[in-house]
Amino acid sequence: MAFSKKLGFAAAVIFGAVAFSTLTLRAEEEPGKEEQPNPERQEWSFAGPFGTFDRAQLQRGFKVYKEVCSNCHELHIPIRTLSQPGGPEFSVEQVKALAATYTVHDGPNLQGAMFDRTGRPSDYFPAPFPNPEAAAAALGNAPPDMSLLAKARKYEHGFPNFIWDALPIPVIGMYQELGVDYVDAILNGYTKDEDANWNLYFPGHKIAMGKPINDGQVDYADGTPTTVKQYAKDVASFLYWAAEPSLEQRKRVGARVMVFLLVLAGLLYFTKKRIWHDVAH
Amino acid sequence: MHGLSTFEPKNGLVKWLEARLPILSFMHGSFVAYPTPKNLNYWWTFGAILSFMLIAQIVTGIVLAMHYTPEATLAFSSVEKIMRDVNWGWMLRYAHSNGASMFFLAVYIHMFRGLYYGSYKAPREVLWILGVIIFLLMMATGFMGYVLPWGQMSFWGATVITNLFSAIPFVGDDVTTWLWGGYSVDNPTLNRFFALHYLLPFMIVAVVGLHVWALHVVGQNNPDGVEIKDVAKDTVPFTPHATMKDGFGIICFLLLYCWFVFYVPNYLGDADNYIPANPMKTPPHIVPEWYFLPYYAILRSIPDKLAGVIAMFSAIAVLAFLPWLDTSKVRSGKYRPIFKIFFWVFVGVGVGLGYLGAMPPEGGYVLAARILGVAYFAFFLVVLPLLGLFEQTRPVPASIADAVLAKGGAAHGAPAPQTLG
Repeated sequence: MAFSKKLGFAAAVIFGAVAFSTLTLRAEEEPGKEEQPNPERQEWSFAGPFGTFDRAQLQRGFKVYKEVCSNCHELHIPIRTLSQPGGPEFSVEQVKALAATYTVHDGPNLQGAMFDRTGRPSDYFPAPFPNPEAAAAALGNAPPDMSLLAKARKYEHGFPNFIWDALPIPVIGMYQELGVDYVDAILNGYTKDEDANWNLYFPGHKIAMGKPINDGQVDYADGTPTTVKQYAKDVASFLYWAAEPSLEQRKRVGARVMVFLLVLAGLLYFTKKRIWHDVAH
Repeated sequence: MHGLSTFEPKNGLVKWLEARLPILSFMHGSFVAYPTPKNLNYWWTFGAILSFMLIAQIVTGIVLAMHYTPEATLAFSSVEKIMRDVNWGWMLRYAHSNGASMFFLAVYIHMFRGLYYGSYKAPREVLWILGVIIFLLMMATGFMGYVLPWGQMSFWGATVITNLFSAIPFVGDDVTTWLWGGYSVDNPTLNRFFALHYLLPFMIVAVVGLHVWALHVVGQNNPDGVEIKDVAKDTVPFTPHATMKDGFGIICFLLLYCWFVFYVPNYLGDADNYIPANPMKTPPHIVPEWYFLPYYAILRSIPDKLAGVIAMFSAIAVLAFLPWLDTSKVRSGKYRPIFKIFFWVFVGVGVGLGYLGAMPPEGGYVLAARILGVAYFAFFLVVLPLLGLFEQTRPVPASIADAVLAKGGAAHGAPAPQTLG
């Protein structure tokens, strides 16, 4: 019946047109609002299916964290992880020595008293403040713990980018580093000298953290440039390792799993064809 | 439709067991000799894929539960300990969280298959309704599971959804307080969600058992929508034909699953859930996991709280009435050219609602969600009842064997081997 076919096409066209036109009526931008650019996608050594961390970069990033960020930000990970494979891979002696520079509150002892002792690798990095309220009292706002910061941040990548982000295609695919790019962008985003709390990439531009680091603030023993741009890259990488220490193992095991499954899929496919070859289907 | 009783045990031990608990002949009749239509396509492998995913979620979940602490001040760090310190903990966690997404992807494909090929029509109404019950149990399980890590999105998603119960007239506030175990989402809520999240999957297993039983009584549907007329000409034994085809389907699905687990494990999640729950700080956008987005869009499209809740639950409940809403005498969408168009429009409506569920309810998105919400209900309540009365369908083949021959499928060798016990 021509009528129901026409009805069908008309319905499809109407639904499509209405949905499309209403979707294009986004909420209007307030006039006079400053532009809110998205962080740029950077190149990272750990991106992609075969990515690995750069040991030297992680060690530099840890130095930046220790000398600058740790004054306000907690990093709630065990000190021993610094010598684990897949991370900065400091030696066990270096980690023991580092832990010993910290004083840790422990107890009760057998007399029932709390006491201070030197740190051990099994301890977590000590926090600069005993609780968020103390941090907020000292700084205005409590700085977030950095152990998951690089995974806890994102930005709206928008349509259709969020489709390519998941796909196994080079350059524009497999994008897991939104948070790292965000952290890197924030550190590079203090573009107004007259306002230490104005950040180009922070949503709404007013960020509680004033510019945390300047050129030349941290020395690098290996001759890497001591610029804010470099500090940002190094500390962002370190924070991503802190958030995702199993990254290298995950991608390594993943490669073997995918190869195994591909071979198995091939075998099962040909087995299925063989089983079905004498059946009309 | 149970398998032909070809199970003839020769082994003494087997005969001993069979006389006491005929489980082996039951398994043989149900999964070895069971007659399977020979014209099934790969959309029919999703039943096996779903069974695999259910087992995978239960196994990874039980091992995770050995390391997880369901207490508000300890839950988040127990998950971090799993990720960092438990051997292969990161893999268990990512397998479980991405497994939930894969489970829902498979169930949506499975449901759309049923919708397209008319698998809900008589005599499969109970099979379909059992499926709707499984879907509801899955949604409850997934919702509670997402609360357990006690991140920002866990807490606030729980707050939004549990608050919906206060919309119930007269008893709403009391029901919500009882549900929470307090005056807001807090530790008692987390603890009971953990207990229920552990329980519900086993209820799903039970209903899946009923679902497969109901299936085996009436027999499987097939892409041509014609019932089995002659077992020898229309069907093949389940093992090895369907077993190996399902096995291949499962491995292909695993390739997609492992892609997520090993390479983009946080793609489907929300970054805000890596921030510990803070009742004093609301995230800028509260959004559920992707598989709830279409229903979230329907919920938010109506400004009245109770009406929105009713609309959201109706959107799921309407599925149960599908066998009676569709008036068409022809079962499979393959022979219903107008239905095909409306089916794909409906798929577009579902995807569109999903996209809108993730967007803030502002500006043009509000109108779009309302239009697509109406379209969603119109498909079930207007299109399907009317279409069956007016559609001119294509001629349906007389039997599965005829459909296969018409397609041009020809056997290359001897007839299908019969599996003997």
